[in-house]
Amino acid sequence: MLKLRVIPTLLYRDFTLVKGVGFDAQRVVGSPMQAVQVYNLRNVDELCFFDICATSLASGPNFELIDEIADRCFMPLTVGGGVRTLDDVRALLSVGADKVALNTALFEEPDMLRTASEKFGAQCMVAVIDTRTNAAGVTTVWSHNASRDTNLDPVVWAQELQRQGAGEILLQSADHDGEMQGYDLATIAKVSVAVSLPVIASGGAGSYDHMVAAVQRGADAVAAASMFHFTEQTPMEAKQHLASHGIATRC
Amino acid sequence: MQRIAIVDTGMCNVDSMQRAIEECGAKADVTSNPTDLDYADKIVLPGVGAFPDAMDLLNRSGLTDAIQSNVIDHEVPILGVCLGMQLLTSQSVEVRLTTGLNLIDARVERLVPITNERVPHVGWNEAHQSSDHGLFGGIASGTDFYFVHSFHVVCDGQFVVATTPYCGTLISAIGSEHIMGTQFHPEKSQAAGLALLHNFVTL
Repeated sequence: MLKLRVIPTLLYRDFTLVKGVGFDAQRVVGSPMQAVQVYNLRNVDELCFFDICATSLASGPNFELIDEIADRCFMPLTVGGGVRTLDDVRALLSVGADKVALNTALFEEPDMLRTASEKFGAQCMVAVIDTRTNAAGVTTVWSHNASRDTNLDPVVWAQELQRQGAGEILLQSADHDGEMQGYDLATIAKVSVAVSLPVIASGGAGSYDHMVAAVQRGADAVAAASMFHFTEQTPMEAKQHLASHGIATRC
Repeated sequence: MQRIAIVDTGMCNVDSMQRAIEECGAKADVTSNPTDLDYADKIVLPGVGAFPDAMDLLNRSGLTDAIQSNVIDHEVPILGVCLGMQLLTSQSVEVRLTTGLNLIDARVERLVPITNERVPHVGWNEAHQSSDHGLFGGIASGTDFYFVHSFHVVCDGQFVVATTPYCGTLISAIGSEHIMGTQFHPEKSQAAGLALLHNFVTL
């Protein structure tokens, strides 16, 4: 059967890897190359690589860096950050990305997901949904690196992205990001029943049990950054823990 | 040293395939020039992209004719991967009904969930070998490979090399003499994938 994926996420800014907290504060964690090589040796299921400054600087993806990363990567690689045009998507795929993640472009270029999906295939288009929950407990979709409230409901937006041709939804809580206190389970549960696409839970994982909880709410894959970079916990142990809860993983 | 031509359809990750083939000890040339195929010992047609755009590109560039003449007239072995495997067939319904390379009597249909499976089929899943094919030499039946696709190949049982339990049972590898295809991505499937590509190189 299909195995649940455990996906380390690497965030980078300028040429260094960073760890985010609430999408705001960042700490440098080292060289992207080293991290990719370690994950390659550990046979991780898949890797996500996000340039968190490309959007705000309007600089576009760093193709040379992605090319170098992909050269060391015999595993599936999703790349995001600053992807604005069809040419960006084509260039990322040609230097070795397997999937390209769109976020801000979904708002600024309303036809882009549909066109990219028709051209390159839905399977390589990942739509990222960043959410925040306000004091009244209402969760909405945020754009531009989670700095602007779009007032969209995550469920409605996820269904719209499915209609536009997304291949996967990466559902990310900006509030939970880097806190290591667990995923936004309520939103994961609502979105995963509302779409037929795979949903990747992201933002907030701090322990293997957090991952189990996200899968039990319907996530098809679990992503984590801080948990793998700042603790002794590893993707392989995560998969063994998930397996001990009856969730099929590759371990 | 074997010379493997990797056909570049201009919209997919050919770098990974090139590195993986070279890792298997062959010389891998990425090309979109039809005449280059005449000098290759084997051809790899990689994945990613939508069927109609890929066929359009192959047709316009003369690659369709070059692939067909090398594979049919000169019996040059070919391995299609993911979309590449689908392109080996007669037709696909992706986006709009489109004629394929017609190298194997098969067609491409959309994956239809049976028990609430998500589509696309993304992740690691088992390839259960239905026949004893050289492509899987030394690889245990049921080994996990990496899949990412929304469409799948449907064909007669005689061409089925491996199947995978998803949306019922999907055909994950096909073969008809020197024409082969895998729905999964060997170039992204770590050790098992490299073993399969090594088998193709040394077949």
